[in-house]
Amino acid sequence: MIYLDNAATTKVDSKVVKKMLPYFEKEFGNSSSIHERGLKAKEALENSRRIIANSINANPKEIYFTSGGTESNNLAIKGIAFASRDANKENNHIITTKIEHKCVMDACKWLETQGFRVTYLNVNQEGFIDLKQLEGSITKNTILVSVIHGNNEIGTIQDIEAIGKICKKHGVLFHSDACQSFTKTEINVVNQGVDLLTINAHKIHGPKGIGALYIKEGIKITPLNHGGGQERNIRSGTENVPGIVGFAEAVKIADKKNIPKMEKLRDELIDELLKIKGTKLNGPRNNRLCNNVNISFKGIEGEAIGGDLNDNGIASSTGSACAERNLDVSYVLTAIGCSHEEGNGSLRLSLSKYTTEKEIQTILKVMPKVVQRLRSISPYGKV
Amino acid sequence: MYSEKTLNRFRKPKFSGEMKKADAVGEVGNFKCGDIMRIYLKVKNNIITDIKFKTYGCVAAIASTDMICELIKGKTIDEANKLTSKEVVKKLGDMPAVKIHCSVLGLNALKEAIGNYKKKHKKN
Ligand SMILES: Cc1ncc(COP(=O)(O)O)c(C=O)c1O
Repeated sequence: MIYLDNAATTKVDSKVVKKMLPYFEKEFGNSSSIHERGLKAKEALENSRRIIANSINANPKEIYFTSGGTESNNLAIKGIAFASRDANKENNHIITTKIEHKCVMDACKWLETQGFRVTYLNVNQEGFIDLKQLEGSITKNTILVSVIHGNNEIGTIQDIEAIGKICKKHGVLFHSDACQSFTKTEINVVNQGVDLLTINAHKIHGPKGIGALYIKEGIKITPLNHGGGQERNIRSGTENVPGIVGFAEAVKIADKKNIPKMEKLRDELIDELLKIKGTKLNGPRNNRLCNNVNISFKGIEGEAIGGDLNDNGIASSTGSACAERNLDVSYVLTAIGCSHEEGNGSLRLSLSKYTTEKEIQTILKVMPKVVQRLRSISPYGKV
Repeated sequence: MYSEKTLNRFRKPKFSGEMKKADAVGEVGNFKCGDIMRIYLKVKNNIITDIKFKTYGCVAAIASTDMICELIKGKTIDEANKLTSKEVVKKLGDMPAVKIHCSVLGLNALKEAIGNYKKKHKKN
């Protein structure tokens, strides 16, 4: 199987698995316990926290472990919303974008039912927000700006430094969901002025079900989980020590040299696929995640392309309506101005450090045949 | 997610293509899902002797329409008109619930084609 669905999740690196294993059967202690086993777990926990903090230029005590990207995003957005409103009930406005991950989108939609006001910023055809529109949307009631760093569907990387500056100027908190961009592009919370940052492990060859939220020191946040007071009272629940150790190892072994390697394969894939007639690239050419390719094919559905690719041993993903539970075309593709047909005909191929030139060549051989076959079945197949 | 029977139909549809001198054509579209379906019929003495389809659709739409074609070939138009989505899905060995509507598309196109055929023949 040629696995090109790394934006969904990645293979766990065997070095990561090796690091995790002792924490299941040998060092299985609860990090809150006061005996030797507990202390060993605590040590592993704090060591991991340090590694992850260093990777984004944060302080270890600003890192809070969670169950993943979804929880970190929920904690960031709801936690800030409630803490701010508790401080002053006029604080009720949040700004986000139309291309957030579903968990940010739905957390914001839910907050609207709780009396908060949310502005969903437009993006241009490449998926970038307009900084002027952002600044113009900030009011005296605005508490939080939440903008996804690297988009999971179309790969757009927002200029978080510029966003951070605007937020600082107006005294508004800035949260960014960096699940897709973490280890794939530079993140420095201090230099880029990020107040809260969501990261997770399973997109970077770590285990599923573990993530973290960076919260800048001094920021008040209302916890969502109440209980034993772990993670300095912000996130109760016994820490997932094996997961945390695996997360830290994944961060430690992430090698910057893989970025240009993936970029080269990504560009080759884009350039060659665009040679097929009736194709269009979704997302930008520059400032694009090093592992993201998203292309629309005229006259055929992404879901069917994915079915054919699967038969050819290639794992892909689509923004097509027919692959969605609710039968709507991806709202991200709609936000960048894709027509219904373009959204339906979209295919996402996402690379990893394991992707090889040979695999890319195989796809490039298979793809024209798949497109031709499906177009021969389609009434709109003549492009 | 799909049954092996569905996938085999999708891989090698027996009835996909165009028909030059069709006796009736039916086309329906469901732009919510984005699927468009066109069915061509050849009819002799009220019996469907040949059938072809073209679809802008997903795996389920392609596979189920091909199955519909097989099920109605050689049947009278009235028999064909009675075919239900349940029967089609059963023949394919089940289908995810969210995909059932895609299999209805082929049937709707078939009914459209039969309706067009009947209209034409009333006039003549
Ligand atoms: C951008 C983005 N945010 C959040 C998530 C959710 O993360 P998790 O699966 O760890 O809950 C994902 C991945 O699914 C993602 O790509």
